[in-house]
Amino acid sequence: MQILSRIFDRRRRYDDLSVSIQEHIELRAEELMEEGMPRTEAERTARREFGNVTQIKERSREEWQWAWLESILADLKLVLRRLKKSPGFAATILLTLAIGIGANTTVFSVVNCVLLKPLPYPNSGELVDLSLNAPGAGGLASFASGLQLSPSMFLTFSENNKTFQSMGIWTSSRSNVTGVGQPHQVNAELVSDGVLQTLNVPATAGRWFTAADQDPRGAKTAILGYGYWQRRFGGDRGVIGRSIQVDAQTREIVGVMPRGFRMVDNDFDVMMPMAIDRSQLRLAPFGYSGMGRLKPGITPAQASADVARLLPLWMDSWSNGPGTNPHYYERWLISPNFQLLKKQVIGSVSNVLWVVMGTVGLVMLIACTNVANLLLVRAESRQQELLIRSALGAGRARIARELLVESVTLGLMGGVLAVGVAYAGLRLLTAIGPADLPRLSEISLDGGSLLFALLLSVFSGLFFGSIPVFRYARARAATALMGNSRTASASRSRNRSRNVLVVAQVAMALVLLVSALLMIRTFAALRTVDPGFSDAAHVQTVGIWIPDLLEPDAEQVTRTQNEIAGRIAAIPGVTSVGFAGGVPMEGFDPNWDELRVEGKNYEGGEPPLMLFNYVSPGFFGAMGTRIVAGRDFTWDDNYNLRNNVVVSENFARDSWGSPAAAVGKRVRQFTNMPWQQVIGVVEDVRQHGLDQPAPAILYWPAMLMSPYTRPPTIDGPRAVRFAIRSNRAGTEGFLHELQQAVWSVNPNLPLASVQTMRDFLSKSLERTSFTLVMLAIAGSMALVLGVIGIYGVISYSVSQRTREIGIRLALGAQKSELKWMFVRSALALTGAGVVIGVCAAAGLMQLMKSLLFSVSPLDPVTFVTVPLVLAVAAMVASYLPARRASAVDPVEALRVE
Amino acid sequence: MAKNPEHRDLFPGALEIMILQSLRLKPMHGYALVKHIKAVSDNLLQVEEGSLYPALQRMLREGWLESETGTSAKGRPTRIYKLTNAGLRHLEAEVVSFEKMFAGITRVLAVARA
Repeated sequence: MQILSRIFDRRRRYDDLSVSIQEHIELRAEELMEEGMPRTEAERTARREFGNVTQIKERSREEWQWAWLESILADLKLVLRRLKKSPGFAATILLTLAIGIGANTTVFSVVNCVLLKPLPYPNSGELVDLSLNAPGAGGLASFASGLQLSPSMFLTFSENNKTFQSMGIWTSSRSNVTGVGQPHQVNAELVSDGVLQTLNVPATAGRWFTAADQDPRGAKTAILGYGYWQRRFGGDRGVIGRSIQVDAQTREIVGVMPRGFRMVDNDFDVMMPMAIDRSQLRLAPFGYSGMGRLKPGITPAQASADVARLLPLWMDSWSNGPGTNPHYYERWLISPNFQLLKKQVIGSVSNVLWVVMGTVGLVMLIACTNVANLLLVRAESRQQELLIRSALGAGRARIARELLVESVTLGLMGGVLAVGVAYAGLRLLTAIGPADLPRLSEISLDGGSLLFALLLSVFSGLFFGSIPVFRYARARAATALMGNSRTASASRSRNRSRNVLVVAQVAMALVLLVSALLMIRTFAALRTVDPGFSDAAHVQTVGIWIPDLLEPDAEQVTRTQNEIAGRIAAIPGVTSVGFAGGVPMEGFDPNWDELRVEGKNYEGGEPPLMLFNYVSPGFFGAMGTRIVAGRDFTWDDNYNLRNNVVVSENFARDSWGSPAAAVGKRVRQFTNMPWQQVIGVVEDVRQHGLDQPAPAILYWPAMLMSPYTRPPTIDGPRAVRFAIRSNRAGTEGFLHELQQAVWSVNPNLPLASVQTMRDFLSKSLERTSFTLVMLAIAGSMALVLGVIGIYGVISYSVSQRTREIGIRLALGAQKSELKWMFVRSALALTGAGVVIGVCAAAGLMQLMKSLLFSVSPLDPVTFVTVPLVLAVAAMVASYLPARRASAVDPVEALRVE
Repeated sequence: MAKNPEHRDLFPGALEIMILQSLRLKPMHGYALVKHIKAVSDNLLQVEEGSLYPALQRMLREGWLESETGTSAKGRPTRIYKLTNAGLRHLEAEVVSFEKMFAGITRVLAVARA
């Protein structure tokens, strides 16, 4: 209220002031007249003695104002009025800024949520991922994040370490739930004791698992994920104590985890205790993710060193069965490589995100230089005004402030629009972004993003505003009012700042275009890669798992799978069908183990590890994987356990020279196993994605004698993925018939992750195509902004040099020569920008190396094409104004004042 | 607008004290204040208009003065400034502290001279 009354009071105060000053001067004048001075002289003297009335008034009024604020407000009013007068100029700048700041805010939100924010667990800085390096373990350690833990390792580490508060291991799987509506598959997590303690997030209802739950002979329990609890149980708190059937095992629900709780980066439906049975443990298998919570002040490196000394203890404490050498694993050169859990979650995506962030940052810089250029042109047209003001006593700071108020206002207005752009951009980005982008669910436009937008607005405003400030705030009265319109052509210094901006712009545009083109070439290279299967859009895949409790007999499992394949083959439109332990690019390797080729001696007596898959007859046909030599499996081979295998072409060439030579040769897994005969060779398959080399693969039949049991027993994968070739793949009706076909064999079998091979293929290209799209957008924006920048400079210089052009024409210059003169100056600027840009790009592209595929970071095609494109663009951009120059009428030009 | 250094305000607050003290005698308009101070100080102190008017506004804001609308003998509008109670209290407090300061300065100068 006081503030308001002060503002209303103010008018009266200002009146009083004027009256007082007027009175003062008049009284003084009267006095002087009384002393005998003539009236006019007396009045003049009185006024002179008083001093600068306006200034004194102003300073007196300031006593009633928040001086600094109000004069900024006055500047602001002026700025807004000026912008209203030139809406085209304002709209151009605001749009440029909105897009620039918006794009940066969008990407920043992603970077912030994915890379910068801590994981949503208490003291998440103490959480580490327990992965191991094992350079001697062949492919087993390379395809995922190093070597994972075995349960025996976990027990040894967890009971003997000195650096952890707690640790645990866990693994994800798909499980069948029956008894709650239709049978369905859920995302399940098996967790050991210590996992929940490590993550340390309390249950929202019920409790965590206790030691009793982890007893293999104890009660069977489960914890539900929040989403699953809401979807299937309507968020009913009464579920605690109820039972569900998971994989035919009855389990009591003991707890529900809160909303937003994820197992590291997995959304899960059901969590179950791992219930490790100590008496059954061996050294292997290594398939479990480990996590731990460090004691305060311990670094991951210290923890690694602590656990490294436990590896011999581990090998001493357990074995792989009688007659095996527990110290065999020394050859794997295992060493702990613990790193912060967050780092592991983010993984390689940080590379892509930083490249994208750098890219949009560069676009922002280009946009800023464009805006600075526009402001320079505008400041130039206001030069007279600015000079008059400085002649009247406005200080450098005062003029600088006004110019900066204008640019920061523009920045902030652009920033407001940018928030809208960012909101839309974020939705777009999460839609087109890689689906495996970690922490996708956490991405939002939060306070941090808004603060970023605000800071970016202010700083970009200060940045592009400071360029005209440097140029004009120091312009002094010396050059002032000199009537520059009389000089024949533009002075060099006047154009220098704009030229520098254009050169910078071209250089930055070049960097962006080079990176975009490299990604396009990478994408094109990937598209020509033969994945090892054909016509991916017409291969439907579906996962089906037959758990032990449903069908204990291994041979019967294969027969059931065979029967399902038969029913599916009968669906109209299906040309072939088969199944396997896993399909390429699924992100899952059925098995890795050692394989011996007959007659070959291995260094150290142990052969390297090799990828195994287990395939049914017809699988290769359904996938479109060519058989290069020999033949496919038959069901007859299968049920008679004929000890046949199929190998990949690269393995055949490595081992026997050619595919044809491989047929009939023999291999075996362990020395106590019978030899297996190679009956066929199939083309190489890019199992881990188009950009990864095709691994050597050994294909076992779907049913075989397991080498992992003693004595060997019949075994086969219980979780298989069917591949079905049909023109109807992916259609609603087809999927329905597929479901009916499976249920006609056993109504308790759900269908899991129904996807076509094209889905897997595009997922493997996702990261590349995402980077490509982002860089292509940024690159084209940079090109357009750069062209506008060149056009603006040339067109402005044409308008400034009209008089010069007129004189040249009058003196007989050829029009074509004149045109060339302007185009040439544009090309000179572009050339300078290209040289700088090429050097910068050559350095910066090394950072993109990991994103490229079969394209060098210094790809000659790219480094020739982009400068040419820029040169052509510069020529076009300068030709238009140049043509205008040559159309100048000399008489008109010389008459212009 | 170079000011004669001889006529500068001695230190912050001095001008205000002189204005308050002058207005204590009787309410005055701006020009009368200038003349009054000049006359009373035997031309030693010349109040600059550039300082006077901002100072008056400052003192109005602080509530030490109040301005009154009036009409002069010649029929011109005029503004008379007069002291408020708050102004009077402020003046008395300031005078006490000034006197202490003068006494202090005098003593220091006396010692330095001896």
